[in-house]
Amino acid sequence: MDFELTEEQRAFQEAAREFANGEMAPHAAKWDEEKIFPEEVLRQAAALGFAGIYVSEDVGGSALSRLDAAIIFEELAAACPSTAAYISIHNMASWMIDRFGSDDLRRRYLPDLTSMNKFASYCLTEPGAGSDAAALRTRAVRDGDHYVINGNKAFISGGGRSDVYVTMVRTGGDGAQGISCIVIDKDTPGLSFGAQERKLGWNSQPTAMVNFDDCRVPASNLVGEEGDGFKIAMKGLDGGRINIGACSLGAARACLEIARQYTQERKQFGRAIAAFQATQFTLADMFTDLIAARLMIRQAAAKLDAQDPEATSFCAMAKRFATDAGFDICNKALQLHGGYGYLKDYPIERFLRDARVHQILEGTNEIMRVIVARRFLSQDVTP
Amino acid sequence: MNDALLSEDQRMIRDMARAFARDRLAPGAGERDRTGKPPVDLLREMGELGLMGMVVPEKWGGAETDALSYVLALEEIAAGDGAVSTIMSVNNSPVCAAIAGYGSDAQKERFLKPLARGEIIGAFCLTEPQAGSDASALKARAERRDGGYVLNGVKQFITSGSIAGLAIVFAVTDPQAGKKGLSAFLVPTEREGYRVASVEHKLGQRCSDTCQIVLEDLFVEEELRLGAEGEGYRIALANLEAGRIGIAAQSVGMARAAWEAALDYARERKAFGTEIINHQAVNFRLSDMATQIEAARLLVHNAARLKDAGIPCLKEACMAKLFASEMAEKVCSDAIQIHGGYGYLRDFPVERIYRDVRVCQIYEGTSDVQRIVIGRALAAS
Repeated sequence: MDFELTEEQRAFQEAAREFANGEMAPHAAKWDEEKIFPEEVLRQAAALGFAGIYVSEDVGGSALSRLDAAIIFEELAAACPSTAAYISIHNMASWMIDRFGSDDLRRRYLPDLTSMNKFASYCLTEPGAGSDAAALRTRAVRDGDHYVINGNKAFISGGGRSDVYVTMVRTGGDGAQGISCIVIDKDTPGLSFGAQERKLGWNSQPTAMVNFDDCRVPASNLVGEEGDGFKIAMKGLDGGRINIGACSLGAARACLEIARQYTQERKQFGRAIAAFQATQFTLADMFTDLIAARLMIRQAAAKLDAQDPEATSFCAMAKRFATDAGFDICNKALQLHGGYGYLKDYPIERFLRDARVHQILEGTNEIMRVIVARRFLSQDVTP
Repeated sequence: MNDALLSEDQRMIRDMARAFARDRLAPGAGERDRTGKPPVDLLREMGELGLMGMVVPEKWGGAETDALSYVLALEEIAAGDGAVSTIMSVNNSPVCAAIAGYGSDAQKERFLKPLARGEIIGAFCLTEPQAGSDASALKARAERRDGGYVLNGVKQFITSGSIAGLAIVFAVTDPQAGKKGLSAFLVPTEREGYRVASVEHKLGQRCSDTCQIVLEDLFVEEELRLGAEGEGYRIALANLEAGRIGIAAQSVGMARAAWEAALDYARERKAFGTEIINHQAVNFRLSDMATQIEAARLLVHNAARLKDAGIPCLKEACMAKLFASEMAEKVCSDAIQIHGGYGYLRDFPVERIYRDVRVCQIYEGTSDVQRIVIGRALAAS
C-alpha cells in the first residue's frame, strides 16, 4: 500500500491549499457571522475544477478520483468547513446525474453545474424520514410525459438558493424499491421553500425545507430507472461520506495548527503552556487521531475508486471515525485556548460549530454503525 | 435524587427555584440567547426570591440558607437558563461571599445588603489578559494616593462587567511582595475610571455580559479596600470551594435540561416504525446520560455537605467541577445527537444548552487547573 501522494496529487493539493488560504480563510469568519453564501468564491473554486471533481470531462468535470477529492476537501475545509461541505454536496448531486443520468440529462445540466453557473442540492431527508430514509413519502405520480410531485424535503443544503434539486421521490410502493431519483428545477411552478433554518454552525450555506405542491417535472428528468432512486442516493452518499469526513480532517488540522502556535506563545506559571506534559500529551493525541482518521478516509476513498465490494462499509467506518475524531480535535483545541477559545475573536469555536454537524448528516454516526454492524454480522467479511 | 434525603426547607427552596426556572426563565432563554440582552428585571425578581445572596446572613440581606440549598437552587436555575445561572453564581460566590467574609460592617451595610437582595449585581475582577489560570501573575496596579488608592489595569472575562453596580477589583499594591502584594477593592462601577472596553462575542451564555474592563486612574478611598493591604490573594482564593461547587451545580442543571429534552424527543420521534426510545442504542444512551448526571450531582452534593459541616473541601469541589463540567458537555452533545438534524437547529433548546455549557470546563479554573489542585492534594497526602 502506497501511503505517499503522487506528484499530481501534491500539485492539486497545493492548488487547493493556496485557494483556501487566499480566497476562503480571510473571509470565513464574516461568512459565518453574516450568513453569506459566497457565490463568487464558489465559482472561482469551480474554475479550478472543484465543482465536478469526479464528474466526466465531456461535461466540464475534472474526472479525478475519490481519493483526489478527499485531498481537495481537506484543504478547503481547513479554511471554511461549511463552504467546503457545500461544495461536497454539489459534487455529490452532480455525480449522481453524471453516473446514472441519461446523456440528454447530463448535457442539459452538468456543464452549468461543473462551472457553478448553477448550484445543486441533494434532497433525501424529510421531516418524518431522517435516519429511516426509505420511509420517505414525497410522491411522484406519472401523468403523460411528466411526473406530478407532492411532498416536503427537510434540511436541504442550498435550499432556497440552489437552481437544481436532485430529489428522491416515491414512484412505487413502500420501502426502498419504490423510490426514484429526479432532477427538479428551482423555477418549477409549485416549488417553494421554508424559512432559512437557524443553526449552530454551517452558516455560510443556506439550509431550508423544500416543498413540492403539484410540481410538474418532465419524465426525461428521471435519473436512472424508476425504482433506482434509493440505490442511487446511497451510492452518492458513499462518496459524500468520504468528503464530509475529509471536511472534518480539514477543520481538525486547522485547529491543531492554531493550537500548536497558541500553546507555544501563551505563558502561564512562568512558561509556555506547551512545556507542560498534559498539554504535550493532548497535542500528541490530537495529532495521532488526525493521522489515523486521514488514513481511514484515504483508504475508504481508494476502495470506492477500486469499486471494492466492501467500499460502503469502509466509507461508513471512515465517516464515523473521522467526524468523531475531527470534532474531538477541534474541542481539545478550544480547551487548550482556555477562555479565549470560547470567544469569537479566535476561529476555533467556528470550526467546532461547523464540525459538529458532520457527526449528524450524510447519515448520522448511528446509521454508520448500523451499516458497519450489518455488514460485519453477515459473516462474509474478515475483520 | 431522592427527596427523602433533603430537609423540608431544602425541598421548598428547590421547588421554588424549579418553578421560577420553568415559568420565568426557560420560556425566554432562546430569545435572550439571540439578543444577548442581560435579563436585569429577572435578576431583580430572583433577588426578591432570595436567590442572589443565598448563604448570606439575613442580617445582611441574604436568605441564610445552607450550601446544599444553594446548589439545589443553582441546578434548577441553570436548567432554566445557563447564562442566568452564571450571573447568579458569580453574585453569590465569589462576590457576596468575599464581602461577607472580609468586609467591615460598614462595607456590608453599604454593599452586601443590596447585592444579597439583588438590588445591584456584583462583578469579580480578578482575571487579566495574560493571567488566566495563573492568578499570581496579575499586573493591575493600585498606588497609594491621598487617603486612598489609584487603580490602573485591564481585567478580562469579567462576568456582569457592564450591568454590575459593584466590582471587586484585585490589584497589586506592592510589586515586590509577590502574592502578598495583592489587595482587593470595592469599586462602585459608576466611578470615573471604570470603563467597559468591550462586551465579548461568545460561543454561548450570550445574555451574560462578559466584559473587558479597563481601570484608568480610578480613585478609591481607603475605606473601600476589602480586607487588609496584601490580603488580596487570600480573598481571591478563599471562595474557590463555593465557586467551583457552583459551576458544578450549573453543569448538572444544564445537562439535566438537555437530557430531559432528549428524553421527550426520543419518546415522540419515530424511525423504523417505532419511537426511537425503543431502539436500544438510543435507550442505552439516555440511561448513561441519566447515570452520569446523577453521579455528578452526588459529587456536587457531597462537596456542599462538607462545606456545610465546616470541613475543608477544595479537592472535592474541584473533583465535582471537573467531573460535572466534562460530563455536561458529553450529555449535551449526546442530547443533540439523539435529536439528529433537529438538534443542530436553534428551534430546539439543546443547541443553545450545548453552547452554554461548554464554558463550564473553562471558567472558575479550567479542567486542567482542577487537575492541578486535585493532583497537588494527592501528592501531599
